[in-house]
Amino acid sequence: MEFKVSLGPQHPALHEPISLRMTLDGEIIRDADLKLGYNHRGIEKLAESRTFIQNLYLTERICGICSFSHQTCFTQGVEKLMELVPAKRGLYIRTLVCELERVHSHLLWLGVAGQEAGFESFFMYTWRDREVVMDILDTISGNRVHYSMNTFGGVRRDIDEIQRKHILDSLDLLRTRTEYYLNLAATEPTFVGRLSGVGKLSKEQAIALCAVGPTLRASGVPMDVRKDDPYAVYDEIPFEVCTADSCDVLGRAVVRVKELMQSYNIIEFLLKNLPAGPIKVKAPRKVKENEVFSRYEAPRGENVHYIKSNGSDKPERLKVRAPTLANYPATIAMLKDGFIADIPLIFAAIDPCICCAERLVQLDHPRSGESKVLTFSQLRQMANQRYKNKQFKKKETLWPF
Amino acid sequence: MIERLVHWSRVKSPWVLHLNTGACNACDIEILAALMPRFDLERFGILLKGTPRHADVIICTGPITRQNRDRVVRIYEQVPDPKFVVAVGACAMSGCVYRGAYNSMGGIDQVLPVNAYIPGCPIRPDALIDGVVKLLNSLK
Repeated sequence: MEFKVSLGPQHPALHEPISLRMTLDGEIIRDADLKLGYNHRGIEKLAESRTFIQNLYLTERICGICSFSHQTCFTQGVEKLMELVPAKRGLYIRTLVCELERVHSHLLWLGVAGQEAGFESFFMYTWRDREVVMDILDTISGNRVHYSMNTFGGVRRDIDEIQRKHILDSLDLLRTRTEYYLNLAATEPTFVGRLSGVGKLSKEQAIALCAVGPTLRASGVPMDVRKDDPYAVYDEIPFEVCTADSCDVLGRAVVRVKELMQSYNIIEFLLKNLPAGPIKVKAPRKVKENEVFSRYEAPRGENVHYIKSNGSDKPERLKVRAPTLANYPATIAMLKDGFIADIPLIFAAIDPCICCAERLVQLDHPRSGESKVLTFSQLRQMANQRYKNKQFKKKETLWPF
Repeated sequence: MIERLVHWSRVKSPWVLHLNTGACNACDIEILAALMPRFDLERFGILLKGTPRHADVIICTGPITRQNRDRVVRIYEQVPDPKFVVAVGACAMSGCVYRGAYNSMGGIDQVLPVNAYIPGCPIRPDALIDGVVKLLNSLK
């Protein structure tokens, strides 16, 4: 017998408000549906009423974990619109913070994956080591989470010799710890047994469903914006794109741990080859009329910003496509025919960042191709109509206990 | 006697519910970081709970979004009395950068009665510890 279960928006397995509606057959998930919008704040509309400089701090607050990704993606887009060539040292420091953010995000994910797999001490270990990266970011930028390092034409803060030495010293500690995790993720039988074979996503499926980031790379597709379409100074840095062929949650964990090792190498390279010179160049206030598409490899996958300017100091349109939104169709495919106990693990494996993905999506009609814009009062009318027609059960039967 | 025991246990071991009401995740990871080995909020007897029915304190992050409002009120009603609400972060206090957005209510106090405010964008774990200890002292 099939029955429906809803999970969320407030649920201990989910750290952010999102609602999952599942059709179950015993313990097996036959169909899943996502309900979004609990975290939608209207940032894209808000961006239209603020200047480009103010928008730097708004785009940063799209998401707290990958805040630098969104800010850098926006900055790069606007720099393209301004036809501005950023300062070399500024670009190096920007790339450095990008990689430090990747390290903190991946360590955070490893811990969450450990917790969802029932490996609580692993959670505590990785979060303890994450504090090392948070300290580095704190000394560089002055804040633990929202760094506000970018500005048009470079970065806002320079790195001195003491900070450089501090980062290089901390890297050694992080390297040894990460090697231990890699060893653990590959050999610890309980951990491997819990993760392997869960949430299968074949290579063909991953490409067809437009998965991005570690989810895609764990299915054996070596796709990385840093390599395919280099931004900042990634074309000068030697690094590898990490992939895995197991197509399951274990593969996603291994890809992330390998990426950590690559990130340490990149950070070391950047610090040893840091060029001298200014950290920023002067940027104009107004931006010429144009439109631009900016790509960035966030820790969760490809992040895309579309910016349209109209000649004033405010953008006419900002569109954000966060990596989590691109990974939703793949998540539904992974959940299907899986067990109900695997939901938190599969869901955590894409490293969901719901507040990133809560953007407006306009859907065209599948047959006619028409798109329609509804006003708020029209939406209200539709909702009232829907609830009027719906047959609700009486309140006594809702909560029988 | 029993009342004194209940009060003592409430102050010594408050169970908290972490409620994301449209935050950007930054405060949420800082709350988690506060519970981790470095800061270790659990030494004050504070335990993170999954369900509102077990909780004494609701830690709210984020300006309440329009779609979340009714759910937040429902979760608040599920928490047994006496209950306390802590608004964490600048957007839980006043809306922060989202102030004026069409879908955000601009602060927890627009919807729920708030007992303690912790400022910062995002809050630092030390600030959270300070705020929680102040709230606990006020209960004594």
